[in-house]
Amino acid sequence: MSLVLLILIPLLGALLVWLAERWRTGFSRVLSLAVLGLDALLLLPLPHQAPAGELWWLQFRADWLPNLGIGWHFALDGLSALLLWLTLFIGALSVLVSWREIDQRVGFFHCNLLLSVAGIIGVFTALDLFVFFVFWELMLIPMVLLIAIWGHENRRYAAIKFFIFTQASSLLMLVAILGLVFMQYGQTGVMSFDYEDLLRLQLAPTPAFWLMLGFFVAFAVKLPMVPLHTWLPDAHTEAPTAGSVLLAAILLKTGAYGLLRFALPLFPAASADFAPLAMGLGALGVLYGAKLAFAQHDIKRLVAYTSVSHMGFVLLGIYAMNDLALQGALMQMLAHGLSTAALFIIVGMLYARWHTRDLRQLGGLWSLLPRLSGFTLLFALASLGLPGLANFMAEFLILAGAFQRDWPITLVAMLGLVGAALYALLLVQRSLWGATVPDAKVHDCSPREWSVLASLAVLLLLFGLHPQPVLDLVQRPVAAILAEPPAPNPGGTEPLLQRASMERLP
Amino acid sequence: MTAWLGWIPALPLFSSLVLLLVGGRLGQRLVTLLGVGSVLGSALLSGLLIADFLAEGAAVTTRQLPWLSSMGLEVAFGLYFDGLSAVMLGVITGVGLLIHLYSAAYMAGDEGYARFFGYLNLFVGAMLLLVLADDFLLLYLGWEGVGLCSFLLIGFWYREPANGYAARKAFVVTRVGDIALAVALLIMIQQFGTLHIQTVIERAQLQWLGSDWSFWVALLLLGGAVGKSAQLPLQTWLPDAMAGPTPVSALIHAATMVTAGVYLIARTQGIFLLAPRIMELVALVGALTLFLAACSALVQHDLKRVLAYSTISQIGYMFFALGAGAFSAAIFHLMTHAFFKALLFLAAGQVILSLHHEQDLRRMGGLLRRLPFSALCFAIGCAALAALPLTSGFYSKDAILLQAYGLHGGSLAWWLALAGAAVTALYSLRLFLKLFFGEAVTEPSPDMRPTLVVPLALLCLLALFGALIPQPLGAVFAPLAATEVPAAVHGAILIMPWLGLVTGVLLWRYGRGFRQRWSDSALARSWRAGWGFDALYDGLLVQPLLLLARLNRKDLADRPVQFVAWLSARGHAWLSVTQNGRLRRYAAGIALGAVLVLTVVTL
Amino acid sequence: MESQGLLIPIEHGLLFAAALFCIGLAGVLTRRNLLFMLMSLELMLNAAAFVFVLAGAVHGNADGQVMFILILTLAAAEVALALALVVQLYRRRRSLDIDSLDGMRG
Repeated sequence: MSLVLLILIPLLGALLVWLAERWRTGFSRVLSLAVLGLDALLLLPLPHQAPAGELWWLQFRADWLPNLGIGWHFALDGLSALLLWLTLFIGALSVLVSWREIDQRVGFFHCNLLLSVAGIIGVFTALDLFVFFVFWELMLIPMVLLIAIWGHENRRYAAIKFFIFTQASSLLMLVAILGLVFMQYGQTGVMSFDYEDLLRLQLAPTPAFWLMLGFFVAFAVKLPMVPLHTWLPDAHTEAPTAGSVLLAAILLKTGAYGLLRFALPLFPAASADFAPLAMGLGALGVLYGAKLAFAQHDIKRLVAYTSVSHMGFVLLGIYAMNDLALQGALMQMLAHGLSTAALFIIVGMLYARWHTRDLRQLGGLWSLLPRLSGFTLLFALASLGLPGLANFMAEFLILAGAFQRDWPITLVAMLGLVGAALYALLLVQRSLWGATVPDAKVHDCSPREWSVLASLAVLLLLFGLHPQPVLDLVQRPVAAILAEPPAPNPGGTEPLLQRASMERLP
Repeated sequence: MTAWLGWIPALPLFSSLVLLLVGGRLGQRLVTLLGVGSVLGSALLSGLLIADFLAEGAAVTTRQLPWLSSMGLEVAFGLYFDGLSAVMLGVITGVGLLIHLYSAAYMAGDEGYARFFGYLNLFVGAMLLLVLADDFLLLYLGWEGVGLCSFLLIGFWYREPANGYAARKAFVVTRVGDIALAVALLIMIQQFGTLHIQTVIERAQLQWLGSDWSFWVALLLLGGAVGKSAQLPLQTWLPDAMAGPTPVSALIHAATMVTAGVYLIARTQGIFLLAPRIMELVALVGALTLFLAACSALVQHDLKRVLAYSTISQIGYMFFALGAGAFSAAIFHLMTHAFFKALLFLAAGQVILSLHHEQDLRRMGGLLRRLPFSALCFAIGCAALAALPLTSGFYSKDAILLQAYGLHGGSLAWWLALAGAAVTALYSLRLFLKLFFGEAVTEPSPDMRPTLVVPLALLCLLALFGALIPQPLGAVFAPLAATEVPAAVHGAILIMPWLGLVTGVLLWRYGRGFRQRWSDSALARSWRAGWGFDALYDGLLVQPLLLLARLNRKDLADRPVQFVAWLSARGHAWLSVTQNGRLRRYAAGIALGAVLVLTVVTL
Repeated sequence: MESQGLLIPIEHGLLFAAALFCIGLAGVLTRRNLLFMLMSLELMLNAAAFVFVLAGAVHGNADGQVMFILILTLAAAEVALALALVVQLYRRRRSLDIDSLDGMRG
C-alpha cells in the first residue's frame, strides 16, 4: 500500500499546491518541499521491510481492467529505490533552485513539478506495462508545460520539439507493448500486460527483434542516444533551471531504467544480438557529445551536450551486459544526475546574476564569486571524471566491464575522456579564469544556494570514495537482469525452437 | 610505526581541505602554519619511518580499507612501503618542505595566498598517495590528482589568459597518457580481476611469460609515463607549464610530479622485464628525449624554459637508465635531480623576483656582484646539472652511463646519452654565463632575503652531497651483474662534461660573431620551438579539431529533424493555398465534388 | 402504389426540381452580393423540398409533405438567423460583397 501512497502523495499534493498559492503567496514552495519530504519519509523504512534474499522488496497488486489483463502492479527493488531516492532529492532541489527564479504562476509551476515527479515515481515502480505507459505519458506533459511556460526566449520551439520526439517514440513503444501482449495472447489465450507474465513469453527471433527495437528506440530517445538526441540541447537550454535539472537528472534516467527493466529482460537474446551496435552507438555518443560540448558558446548548451556524452557511457555499460558494466551504468546514472544537476544549477545562478549564458561574455568570476567558482570547478572536475568523485567510479566500472565485452569499442569510448577534459576545462577557463567581467555588483552564494550546491558536492565526493552502498543496493537487481544470459548466436543457423527456448527466463 | 604511514598523505590532504574551504578567512600566519606545518609533519613522520625501515628493512603494507567490491573486482585503500617508496617519500616530503618554506616567503602578499597553499598541499598529498599506493586504482587517483594540481597551479594567476591555456594544455596532453595507463588497468582487471600492484606483478610473472600481454601492458604503462614525465612524444606541455609560480615549477614540474613516470616504470619493472622490446623502447625514448631537449635548452631565451627543457632532458636520462635495466641508477638520478633542479628553480625564482619579474635571458647579465648568493646557488646547481665531479649529479649520471654500458654496450641510445652529457654541460654553462657575466642590463634589488636563503642553502648542501644519502633499493631491484667496462669508455664518460664546458668557454670568449649568427639560424629557431612538435600537433590535431568544432557547432544530426519540420511546414503552406476564404470557391468546390461523386456513382 | 395518381410524369417533376436547383446553384456561384446568394440558397432548398413532395405524391404518402413543412420552418429559421448576421455584417463592413469577406483565408 505504501507504494501506492508513494505515487498518490505527490499526485494529490500537486493539486493542493496549486490551490495553496491562492491562499498565500509563496506557500506552494514550502508545501511542495513538505510533500516531497513526506514521500521520502515514506520511502525511508521500505528497505527494512524487504524479505531477505528476495529481489522485490514489496509488491502491490490490484485489478483495473481485468478482462484486458490490466492491473495496478507496482513493485520496488534496489534499482527502483536508488532512482526514487534520486528523484525525491532532485525534486526537492528543483523546488529550492526556483525559489527566486520563478515568480509567475508559482502555484501552477509547482503543480507541474510535482505531477512530473509523480509520473516519474510511477515509471520507476510500475510493473504492468499498460500502467507503465500511462505514467510514462504522465511525466511528459507537465514537463512540456514547464518548458513552454517558464522557459527562456525560444521555449515554444524547444517544448514542441521535446514533445514530438518523446511522443513519437513512446507511440512506438505502445505499439511494441501491444504487439508483445497480443503475442502472449496468441500463445496462452490469456490477455495480460503484467511484466512477470510477459517475462515468461517465448518469442521467435524475428518478432523479438522488432519488438525489442520498438522499446529500444523509445528509451534511446529519452536517454538520449546519438543521433536521436537533438531534442535535448534545445529542451535543456530553454527550460527554466528547475526544468533542466529535472530533465537531466531524472528524466534521462527513465530511458536507461526502461532499457534495464524492460528491453534487456524481455528480449535477452535479441538484445544480446543487438548489443554490439548499441555499444557502438554509446561510444559514438560519448565522442559526439564531447565534441559538440567543446564547440558551444552557450554555457547551458555546453552542459546539455555533456549529458549526451555521459549518457553514452550509460548505454555502453548497459549493453556490455556484465556485472561490472551494469553496476557502473547505474552508478553513472546517479553520478550524472548529481553532477549535471549541479552544473545546471550553477548556470542558472550565473544567469540570474549576469543575464547571459554566453561564455564569451563571462570571465574572471573567481575574483568576484570565490565560493560559487569553487563549486563550479569541483563539478566541472566531476564531469571530466576525476578520480575520487562519483563520476570516475562509474565510468571506470563501465569501462572495465565493457572492455571485457568488446575492447575496440571501449578504446574508442575512452577517447571521450580526453574530450571530457577539453570541455570541462574550457568551461573552467572561460568562465572562472581570464579578465574579469565588468560588473562588481554581484553577490556570492546565498545560504540557500550554498546548501544546495554543498549537498551535491558532498554526495559526489561520498560516492566517489565510498561507492559500496550503491553497488550493494543494485547488486541483486543487476544479477536478476543478467540471469541466465543467452548464449551469443553468431551464425544464426540454429533451429527456431532451440533459439526460442533460450529466450525464457526462470 | 606502520600505523603512522597513513598520516603522511593525510596531513597535507587535511590541511588542503581546510585551506580551500576556509583559507580566505584565516590570516596569512595561520595559513603558513597550516600549509608548511602539515608538510613538516609529513616530513618528520617520513623521516622516522625511513629510519625505521633502514634498521629493519622489510616492506610493509597497511590495513586495507575497502573502496570498491564488485563481482570480479576488489579494490581497497591500502598503502605499501618499501625501499622505492622510501626514496620517493624522502624526496617529496624533504624537497617539498624546503619548497614550502621558500613559497611562504615567495608568495607572501599574494591575494591567493591561502589558495596557493591549499593547492600545493593537495598536490603533496596526492603525490604521496601516488607513491605509497598499494593498488593501481589508488595510484591512478594520485596520478590524476597531481595532474589536477598541476593544472590549478599553472593557471594560478588566472587573470592572464595565456596561463589558462598553458594549464589546459598541460592537463589535456598528460590525460592522453593517462588514458593509456587506464587501458593498462583495464587489461589487468580483465586478466587478473585485481589491481593490487604486488599481486598483479606476481601473477604477470607467472602467466605472462612469453605472451603478448606483457608487451601491450608495458607499452601502455610507458604511454602513461611519457605523458606525466614529459617525454617524447608528449613532452610539449612542460615548457608552457612554466607559466605557474616558480615554486610550483620547482616542486611539481621539476622535482616530483614529472618523475612520477619514472616511479611508475620502476614500480612495475616486473612487467617491463617481461617485455624486452618495450625496455629497448623506453631506453630509446629516454635517449632521444634527453638529446632533443638538451639541444632545445641550448637556445632558449627564457630562463625558466631553459630549466624546463633541462628537466625534460634529465628525466630522459632516467628513462634511458630504466630502459637499460639500471633501475637503481635511475632512481638515484631522480633523487639527485630533485635536489639540484629544485635548487636551480628556486634560485631562478630569486633572480626573477630581484629583477622585477624579468625572465628573458637577453635582458639579464652581469649579476655576479649584485646577486652573489644567487650566483653561488646557480654555480652549485649548474655544476651538479653538468655532472661535474664531487657534485651529486656527477655520481648519478656516471652511474647511469656506466651501468647502461655494462648491460648493453654502446648502443645508439647510449651514444646519444653520452653526447647529451656534453650538451648538458654546454647549456648549463651558457645559462650561468648569460646570467652572471657580460654587461648588466637591469638593476636588481638585493637577493639576501633570510626566508629565501635558508631553503636555498639547504638545497645547495643537498645538491653537493646528496649522493651520500643511502638508497635502500637492494630489495626492490635485482642486483646488476658486475661487468667490466673498458677504461676508455669510463674516460669518455668523465671527459664529456669538460668537453662541453671547454667548448662553452671558447665560444663565450672568442665566438661572439658565431653565436650571433647561430642564434638567428633556422636550426636554432627550430630547436627553440622544441623541434617543431608544437607546430606539428597544432596542425595535425588542434586545428582540425577546432575546425570541426566550428563547422559542426549547430549539430549536423539535427539537420534531418529540421528537414522533416521544413517539409511539413512547406506542405502546409502548399495546402493552405486552397483555404483562400472565398466562399464562392468553396461552394463551387462542393458542387463540383457532388457532380463528380454522382458521375462516379451513376456510371 | 404506382404513379397513377399523378397528372404529370415524374420525370417532368424531377427535371423541374433539377432546373430549379441548378438555377439556385448558379445564383450562389455567380452573385457577389450576400443577400442574393441567400435568396439563391433558398431556391436550392426549395428544389430539394419539391422533390420530397414529389416523392410523397408518387408513393401516395404524406411523409413528403411533412418533410416539406419541416424544411419550410427550417428555412424560415435559417433565414431569420442569416439575415440577422447579414445585417450585422453590413453594419460592420458597410459591404455585402462576398469576395471581400475572406477572413477565413488559411
